[in-house]
Amino acid sequence: MKGMTLIVKKSTQLIAGIIFMYGIYVIVHGHLTPGGGFAGGVIIAGSLILVTLAYGGEFLKLVKEEAGTTIIESMATIMVIMIATAGFFFGTKIFFNNFLPRGVVAQLISAGVIPLYNIFVGTEVAASIFIIFLSLVIFKEESPQ
Amino acid sequence: MELSISIIIGLMILGALYAIHAKDLLSSVIACGIVGYSLVICFLLLKAPDLAIVQIVVDTITLIIMVAVVLDSSREESYSKLDTKGYISAATGILMIVVLLYFFAISVQSLDVLGTSSLRMANYYIEGAAQKTGSANLVTGVVFDFRGYDTMGEAVVLVTAVLGVLTILRLKGKK
Amino acid sequence: MTAYIMCFILFLVGLYGVITRRNLVKIAVSMSIMEISTFLFFALLGYIDGGVAPIVDPADPVQTYVDPLPQALVLTAIVIGLATTSMMMAIIIRLYRKYGTFDIREIKNLKG
Repeated sequence: MKGMTLIVKKSTQLIAGIIFMYGIYVIVHGHLTPGGGFAGGVIIAGSLILVTLAYGGEFLKLVKEEAGTTIIESMATIMVIMIATAGFFFGTKIFFNNFLPRGVVAQLISAGVIPLYNIFVGTEVAASIFIIFLSLVIFKEESPQ
Repeated sequence: MELSISIIIGLMILGALYAIHAKDLLSSVIACGIVGYSLVICFLLLKAPDLAIVQIVVDTITLIIMVAVVLDSSREESYSKLDTKGYISAATGILMIVVLLYFFAISVQSLDVLGTSSLRMANYYIEGAAQKTGSANLVTGVVFDFRGYDTMGEAVVLVTAVLGVLTILRLKGKK
Repeated sequence: MTAYIMCFILFLVGLYGVITRRNLVKIAVSMSIMEISTFLFFALLGYIDGGVAPIVDPADPVQTYVDPLPQALVLTAIVIGLATTSMMMAIIIRLYRKYGTFDIREIKNLKG
């Protein structure tokens, strides 16, 4: 898959990093401002799709990207389930227990175990959407025309 | 509020009618994207900023995937005359629409007017959520603490969908 | 009440598209329109007149918030809708590469 023209390449050099940082901001502040894990995850996936579309298939060595991203996605799902199970052992014996201290409302470190959930769910959603897009690009490149 | 939302939904209906009758496939896909963007305006009017952020990015990604499918094909809907099968399916469609609309108009009388709350659990969630979960964003508190099973189910559904797409679009087997 | 009925008419437009269209891409577009109308109906259920967005500010407590429960349900459903639409598109690409057409009646007549 060919890349795009020079104007698009220069624009993505300026903007893609800022969109990535904005996605991380939306994930980490998920318990204070609108957003959360899902919104930040799709924003990060959007910035990665932008870089792939602008620079073309040969730039990224696509098959190795796909293998690494599937590992990241599986790890993130396992971490979500492990945090939920860890709540089983502290405090009262219920699944999905919110066991870390809650703190003051509307501070950055508060709300128990919810910021950890946000980070892992956001990573998993971003990896899933990026894998779906990458397999489409690899299919179009490797199929005989 | 109800008047402005009804006007926007009316424009969405016109866009949807164009999307299913357009002759060019690329125009139909772009009209589907525009219906999704109008939904973002509806979410902002209904005071739901979380949903607006998610819907605007998800609709852009859906548009990219649909255009990638449509672009390297013959971009026209091959239109042939209506034969007997076409008439039967059109008649079935109109019959289903009339029956469903009638039953919906009966059952929507039991809902309250738009603006008063129709759900009984709303007060319990609003009063207790900030103190019990400790998060200032009530929607995040509900999604990750009160209804954590739904989030776990959603994570599993995403992994399954990725497995499905990887299996369908695989060209070379392992040696 | 008009908003609910018009939201259901949008759902019925999508349903009409799924039943009567013969092109595979049009069927996928109609299913996407049906999902959009469902999200709109859920968000309409939770709206309260004079309410604000459900973010708590401890310096300025407000009395009426919009109901957060339907928003939590729709938040998950939007991402799952993206996954199912992309899976439909993957199947459509494979069918086009194999049979050369998007028309479902010709694919049914060809039989591999």
